[in-house]
Amino acid sequence: MIEKALKGGRGYWTWVAFLLVVIGLGVSAYARQMTIGLGVTGMGRDISWGVYIAQFTFLVGVAASAVMLVLPYYLHNQKVFSKIVIVGEFLAVSAALMCMLFILADMGRPDRVLNVLLYPSPHSMVFWDVMVLNGYLFLNLISGWAVLGAERKGVAPAPWVKALIYISIPWAFSIHTVTAFLFAGLPGRHLWLTAVLAPRFLASAFAAGTAILILITFILKKVAKFDAGQEPRLKLAVLSSYAGLANLFFLGTEFFTAFYSNIPAHKHSLQYLFFGLEGHAPLVPWMWFSLITGIISVGVLLSPPLRRNNAALIAACIGLVVSIWIDKGMGLIFGGFVPTPLEAIVDYMPTATEISVTLGIWAIGLLVLTMLLKTAIAVKTQE
Amino acid sequence: MSQNRREFLKKAGLGALAGLGAAAGLFPAFALEPTDSSGFTDAPVPGKVRWGMLVDTRKCLGNCTECIVRCHHDHNVPDFGHTKSEVKWIWKSGYENAFPTASTQFQNPEVLERQVLTLCNHCTEPPCTKACPTEATFKRWDGIVSIDYHRCIGCRFCMAACPYGSRSFNWQDPRPHIKELSNTYPTRMRGVVEKCNFCSERLVKGELPACVVSCAENALTFGDLNDPNSEIRKMLAANETMQRKPELGTLPSVFYII
Ligand code: SF4
Ligand code: SF4
Repeated sequence: MIEKALKGGRGYWTWVAFLLVVIGLGVSAYARQMTIGLGVTGMGRDISWGVYIAQFTFLVGVAASAVMLVLPYYLHNQKVFSKIVIVGEFLAVSAALMCMLFILADMGRPDRVLNVLLYPSPHSMVFWDVMVLNGYLFLNLISGWAVLGAERKGVAPAPWVKALIYISIPWAFSIHTVTAFLFAGLPGRHLWLTAVLAPRFLASAFAAGTAILILITFILKKVAKFDAGQEPRLKLAVLSSYAGLANLFFLGTEFFTAFYSNIPAHKHSLQYLFFGLEGHAPLVPWMWFSLITGIISVGVLLSPPLRRNNAALIAACIGLVVSIWIDKGMGLIFGGFVPTPLEAIVDYMPTATEISVTLGIWAIGLLVLTMLLKTAIAVKTQE
Repeated sequence: MSQNRREFLKKAGLGALAGLGAAAGLFPAFALEPTDSSGFTDAPVPGKVRWGMLVDTRKCLGNCTECIVRCHHDHNVPDFGHTKSEVKWIWKSGYENAFPTASTQFQNPEVLERQVLTLCNHCTEPPCTKACPTEATFKRWDGIVSIDYHRCIGCRFCMAACPYGSRSFNWQDPRPHIKELSNTYPTRMRGVVEKCNFCSERLVKGELPACVVSCAENALTFGDLNDPNSEIRKMLAANETMQRKPELGTLPSVFYII
């Protein structure tokens, strides 16, 4: 089937070539990181994780959000999603792949990555995360591919495929819960040490992931003449708006607990992110931009007349994705390290090498997604 | 030789037994004093010994760096000349940085200005070993939290998990940045985590940690926290002491007299 991804027009190949160039850039930056060490990044003794782990966190959420299509379609028989369930599954595959690449890019000794499997350590959340992420990738890849293959032959998918799909539903929740547990179980990092982290991760994931799905349907309509239809988009918009609302609510509860209790350690990271701490305020404009954009976007998605307007819907989806990307893909990780355990305030600034590697991994993910979707659409449109 | 020192050597000798898997008598060079192994079984018993340290911040001189220099020399700790990629095993922190949750209101200004030695606490409930996905960092039978530099994958989860900032990562090759190479401890490679090891390489030889012996002020006391008759336990009982962030339940093995 994959050969269908090798047939395309000029626009398609230009896009693929562009991605390949960005991948090349990323590979050369990674080669530099491999020769010199992670010292080429902006990370250091105090801020020991940076954009890599932040992108990983954001993308686990994107991967999990496939469930927003799979669950209503397979459990509630919502036929409107029939055309785009596969989009969600393939988005999950490419996002999970990017997650693993980001973890690999962040490792000091990627040559020893197999140690995680050779010395399984169930007390470590990383062990579980590796398990569930790999499992999730294959669940989606296999079930998506099998359903597509059956569709091409015009037969019903084999019964085991349904089983895999049902397993993938709770699995989606598990990947993001375990990812939250990577952070939420660490003593002394107050921004993360909160029971609401896992629910908040799920809420922001379903908001941003669903918004990305809506945007993909618009892109497919434009570049591939494949229209998923207005109805599924509007249903997704409703899901996204409520998830976004829940996310904002959780953020509000964080603020209340920290500032009403008035415990300094609980306030510091939030102060650093939103108001600045002892003269350090590098993320303040970002965080406010994220918050305001998030509120406006959720507002637009909540309003039926506004979300029916395609331009407003697209803008709100972009706004929500950007807002959550800043919040989760930057603030949450960088802010979690400030102040340091020894009460120092250290700012983090990613380097060009680090950003190039990051863009390279995104490009790999987009290339995989492009090829998977190209195949899926070719099958669906009987090309 | 004091009773305490004799007691210490006996237990450290047990370390030699454990480390080499043979009677210390076979390695006379390693045992400064014949080890009396009659009181012990051959295998080290987990929880029997818990090495700990007591830092007397009253005695420690504000501007002295003797122990830091000695430790970093003996363990081949590199010096990159900037804080971003810094590797450190033992260093001085301000009182309020070392004890951020201790009361500082109307505190004696002399105390507030003290420079406090900070190092890995060799926690009894270490969050770092729990976070490690490969058991590269682990708690030994004698309470020392150790790192296997050949297994570590450099994921830095242990650094995020340690609430004391005790761990350093090798952001680049450390070897060219070692001022004066020492043959007392192996050098490390790029991409792995390291920290204080309570001088386990000296303990097996029956020697006290390098920082302890280097301190001319006698500000550091080292010994077995599980032995009620050890010097460190007697000093803990006789003085008002603190641990860093005791509220986290990590049960640090490093104590401070303020
Ligand atoms: S001080 Fe930090 S590195 Fe040392 S044992 Fe405790 S948690 Fe681990
Ligand atoms: S950096 Fe090394 S020691 Fe630390 S958690 Fe990862 S594998 Fe374990």
